Amino acid sequence: MTSSSQQSTAASKDICLSIQNTTISYGSYEAVKNVYCDIPRGKVTAFIGPSGCGKSTVLRALNRMNDLIEGCSLKGSVLFDGADLYGPSVDPVEVRRRIGMVFQQPNPFPKSIYENIAFGARINGYSGNMDELVERSLRQAAVWDECKDKLNESGYSLSGGQQQRLCIARTIAIQPEVILMDEPCSALDPISTLKIEETMHELKKSFTIVIVTHNMQQALRVSDMTAFFNAEAVEGGSGKVGYLVEFNETEMIFNSPSQQATQDYVSGRFG
Amino acid sequence: MAISPTASLRRDIPDLSYKQGLRRNLLNKILTFLVGLFSLIAVLPLVAVLAYVLIKGGSVLNLTLFTAASTGLEGGGIGNAVIGTIIVTFLSALIAIPVGVGGGIFLAEYSGGGVFANFIRFGTNVMAGVPSIIAGVFVYAVIVKTKIIFGNSYSAIAGGVALSILMLPTVIKTTDEGLKLVPDDLRRAALGVGASKFVTILRITLPSAFTPIATGVVLSIARAAGETAPLIFTALFSPFWPEGFDAFFNPIATLSVLIYNFATLPYESQNELAWAASFVLVLFILLINLFARWLRRFAST
Amino acid sequence: MEKSVDGGFRILAFLLASVVAMVLLAILIVVFWGSVDSMGRYGWSFLVTSNWNPVKDEYGAFTAIYGTLLTSLLALLIAVPLGVGTAIFITENIIPLKIRTLIGLMVELLAAIPSVVLGLWAIFVMEPFIRPFLEVLHKILGWLPFFSTDPMGPGIAPAVLILVVMILPIITAISRDSLNQVPMKLRQAAYGVGTTRWGAILNVMLPAAISGIVGGVMLALGRAMGETMAVTMIIGNSNTFSWSLLAPGNTISAMLANQFGEADGSQVSSLMYAAFILMILTLVVNLLAQWLVKRLSLKY
Repeated sequence: MTSSSQQSTAASKDICLSIQNTTISYGSYEAVKNVYCDIPRGKVTAFIGPSGCGKSTVLRALNRMNDLIEGCSLKGSVLFDGADLYGPSVDPVEVRRRIGMVFQQPNPFPKSIYENIAFGARINGYSGNMDELVERSLRQAAVWDECKDKLNESGYSLSGGQQQRLCIARTIAIQPEVILMDEPCSALDPISTLKIEETMHELKKSFTIVIVTHNMQQALRVSDMTAFFNAEAVEGGSGKVGYLVEFNETEMIFNSPSQQATQDYVSGRFG
Repeated sequence: MAISPTASLRRDIPDLSYKQGLRRNLLNKILTFLVGLFSLIAVLPLVAVLAYVLIKGGSVLNLTLFTAASTGLEGGGIGNAVIGTIIVTFLSALIAIPVGVGGGIFLAEYSGGGVFANFIRFGTNVMAGVPSIIAGVFVYAVIVKTKIIFGNSYSAIAGGVALSILMLPTVIKTTDEGLKLVPDDLRRAALGVGASKFVTILRITLPSAFTPIATGVVLSIARAAGETAPLIFTALFSPFWPEGFDAFFNPIATLSVLIYNFATLPYESQNELAWAASFVLVLFILLINLFARWLRRFAST
Repeated sequence: MEKSVDGGFRILAFLLASVVAMVLLAILIVVFWGSVDSMGRYGWSFLVTSNWNPVKDEYGAFTAIYGTLLTSLLALLIAVPLGVGTAIFITENIIPLKIRTLIGLMVELLAAIPSVVLGLWAIFVMEPFIRPFLEVLHKILGWLPFFSTDPMGPGIAPAVLILVVMILPIITAISRDSLNQVPMKLRQAAYGVGTTRWGAILNVMLPAAISGIVGGVMLALGRAMGETMAVTMIIGNSNTFSWSLLAPGNTISAMLANQFGEADGSQVSSLMYAAFILMILTLVVNLLAQWLVKRLSLKY
């Protein structure tokens, strides 16, 4: 009921992350239920849906960021190149080094711009030329021009949009395989948003990207694949539980979705 | 140089397993163990102190202790010190609460955050840092030595004044901060229907900040009840029961000074009284603390 | 009518607020005025001589000043790692929340135990318990001046330990609050780039919380220097200077508690002088605390 038939077509592709019958709960309250989703390598996959549908929760499950939330637990499995991220012997630190994350609020470290980039790289055992890495990462995140003259100033001396691109650069610098982005533009103005979207087009050449967005236009602009999540009231329960309605190529989701709910949502007839 | 992970297309299953021997993992284990150990050490004193006070104090405690005065002789008790602590603490609250709440009201409601208010807030912080013994020295010099209170030197009033100096900063601070938590809409609503500022504060602002202020005041009373240093040469001590109105103007026994005096004497019967007094004092203070905590939680739900 | 009530109340509140300033000023003046006599007689030498002889009427407060600084700094040295470590332990999700809350509550309740009760406990429980350990220390390290005397009971070392017990709750509570106030987004940022728990704590959480923690530590230092009862009861009240931590010593506040009640003449003035020094010390520490908090605040 929650999984769609499209995932069989995805199986033939090169799968990077595979979410298999995953249910995530906060304490005894289920936030999102029975999600199946195969995220292809080297593409941009967007998670869309109304607020409270669990799309951010699922995203955070992809690099075990939910571990930081007290009482959050996961059933099912998430495979990354065939390795179960939730296996008993898995070190979440190893996971996060391969699957980086950009957050909703720009969150540079209260350190210099240079150190913001170098810190992650250094703890990940990077031993090459640090100056070069810093410059390359900032260039890739399209924020080098704004930063090059003030590398020793605090990351917080930048504007919000620049801070977010600094955070993207920081993530690039740890050389992950996947970059997760949790509504990266929701706190930014339109011009900064545009810049970040342009950056993403560049990044997808090197990384698999999964982005959560509440902005359908953005999903349409940047993503190759789109997953639509929705939430429904639980019988007898107080809250809502999220589930995956439909997962397909972005074009299909927006032009000829197979589910009525998706149709309603993408055409804006939805709360 | 930029190696793109997708280009290399590695399909072998990545090794995500936790590696025991890795330096960072080892370091994490050691540090986690260390802070766990530190926490254990940190709670140890409370457990040890409580255990001894409850066991040693509890074993000597009986009803006659409360009906006898602290003569220091065989058959002496702590009854007068219990009354004395109540009297002195009550006196200090009588001074510190009106002054502190009034001062707090000025800071939060009238000052508008001006230079004077900042100066007073700064002064409050400084005053909170003044060692309690200094308050004793000060009151000794101003009240005891000068016999300013109708020719009486050491007295319950002097002790109460000394304690109130310690309570004052806490009361001002909690009032100031409690009032600041009251939403401005509430004030505007009251002023909007034509209430004067005085009525607004008395009827609207102060009542809605009641719980945080009450919590802070209750805690400061608990602290004052356990203070000793400001009392040793203000309220002094007395082996007699406080009697009537005279009690305020004469030296008075308190539990804390009793503990101090009797702990340092070489007689076992007096040491036992010190333990008994500790039992009563600690129980009283812990109950007040738990009550204040409950009050806070009660208010937040 | 209502107008005048309003105005009157405003003035009353203003006057009550001014009480703080007036009392503070009065304390400074009274203590200073009381010490003028002794200041004139001994001047700066009061700070560096350690003969305290009421019989001969000669006073020097070096032992007490040294004792005040030494005991509080040593106590800080022990209490800071313990307190900050405990704060880290109860703000990280290492063990279940309920146990962590309980630990936090217990440390807070420790702060509520009156100093005089801790003193009583120190005399009858703690000091006899630690004496064998101090004796071992003396046997092994007796060649060092700091452990050169045989522990006889009350002394500087037990006073330091009881001070640790007294300031531990302050450091723990303030460090915990400071760590809790570090925004979640910074913690996420650290974990997001693949740090371990301690990588995040040492590189991100502690630096972000450092201003609050330092403020708490300075506050604790001020409290330790002014702490009276427990120290008075266990330090031995000796004005004879000794390098040894195992020997009895004195602090300014202990000296005041012990002698002020029975003092007269120039002894009162000398005690006032010592009290004035104590005030200045705590004042400087408190001001330094407020300045450091501002100085060390990270923007995030």
